Amino acid sequence: MAKLPSCTTAVLLPSRPLRLPPTLGVVAGEDEDELIERLRAGDEQAFVELVDRYHASMLRVASGFVPNRAVAEEVVQDTWLGVLRGIGRFEGRSSLKTWMFRILVNRARTTGGREPRTVQLDTGDGGSVDRFTAEGTWLEPPTAWSDEVEDRLAAPAIAARIRDMVEQLPDAQRQVVTLRDVEGLSSSDVCGMLGITEGNQRVLLHRARTRVRAMLADDLGKRAK
Amino acid sequence: MVRLLSAWRRDLVCRDAVALITDYLEGSLSARQRARLERHLAACDGCDEYLRQMRMTIDVLGRVEPEDLEPEAREELVELFLRYRAEAEVEAEAAAEAEDGDGDGEGDGNT
Repeated sequence: MAKLPSCTTAVLLPSRPLRLPPTLGVVAGEDEDELIERLRAGDEQAFVELVDRYHASMLRVASGFVPNRAVAEEVVQDTWLGVLRGIGRFEGRSSLKTWMFRILVNRARTTGGREPRTVQLDTGDGGSVDRFTAEGTWLEPPTAWSDEVEDRLAAPAIAARIRDMVEQLPDAQRQVVTLRDVEGLSSSDVCGMLGITEGNQRVLLHRARTRVRAMLADDLGKRAK
Repeated sequence: MVRLLSAWRRDLVCRDAVALITDYLEGSLSARQRARLERHLAACDGCDEYLRQMRMTIDVLGRVEPEDLEPEAREELVELFLRYRAEAEVEAEAAAEAEDGDGDGEGDGNT
């Protein structure tokens, strides 16, 4: 009925320096094309599949931009409407996930309204200042993570702790690390969504990862005793 | 000048190496910078371990599953979908009628 641009994936790709993260390109594939077609045809089951796949992820991304859970839920619902309205025009230039997350981040950013944290002691990359001697060598080199620690990192139980750690990060760091490391979106996609430069993004990513590593080391070190 | 040059040639210290790790993992270092960092990593157990831990941190971050979707949330979304679909159908019909009428409808469906 509605005239849809028949899939033009290949034609529209060339001009972008597209660096696909290892996971996305592959997972996207045929199964996603089929899902898109079904969604365009108004298939309820296709919608439910998409919701199951992405809703919870979208909630945690939105949470990094807005003041509370209720607002995050509104933003995500609004995003779903945007997805339904826009799916007919989706051209497959990016993966479906990237396209949806772009809509999401747009809405989350315009909604915004996160209270600036009153105490934001930004110690650069998370305390590197006192980790080194005046000459720049380790005061105390990082203790090697034992097998036991590694096992703990691999256990599902760590998930809740990591979520917690990410939530403690300053907003900008949290947004970047969530989109990049947690959701696995590419650097160029994330820069586009957030309107920041690659360099700026790397700084935020570096700080975020540094802090999470430090929190993990703290956590695991304590409990390893 | 001479001093600057020798500072450039000098091997990295741990503080610098640690500061470059994300650029390194992101593939944004020049070949020369990368070689310099790798030389340091090969000689420094502390920094090498640090890099390993950063990699594991990234890996763990990527394995964090989101919280489970609550059934009510799913139901609400299905309702949203059904409402949307019903409205879209009405709109499509209206558009088709308009086109039948004067052939100049706004049946684009793109708004």
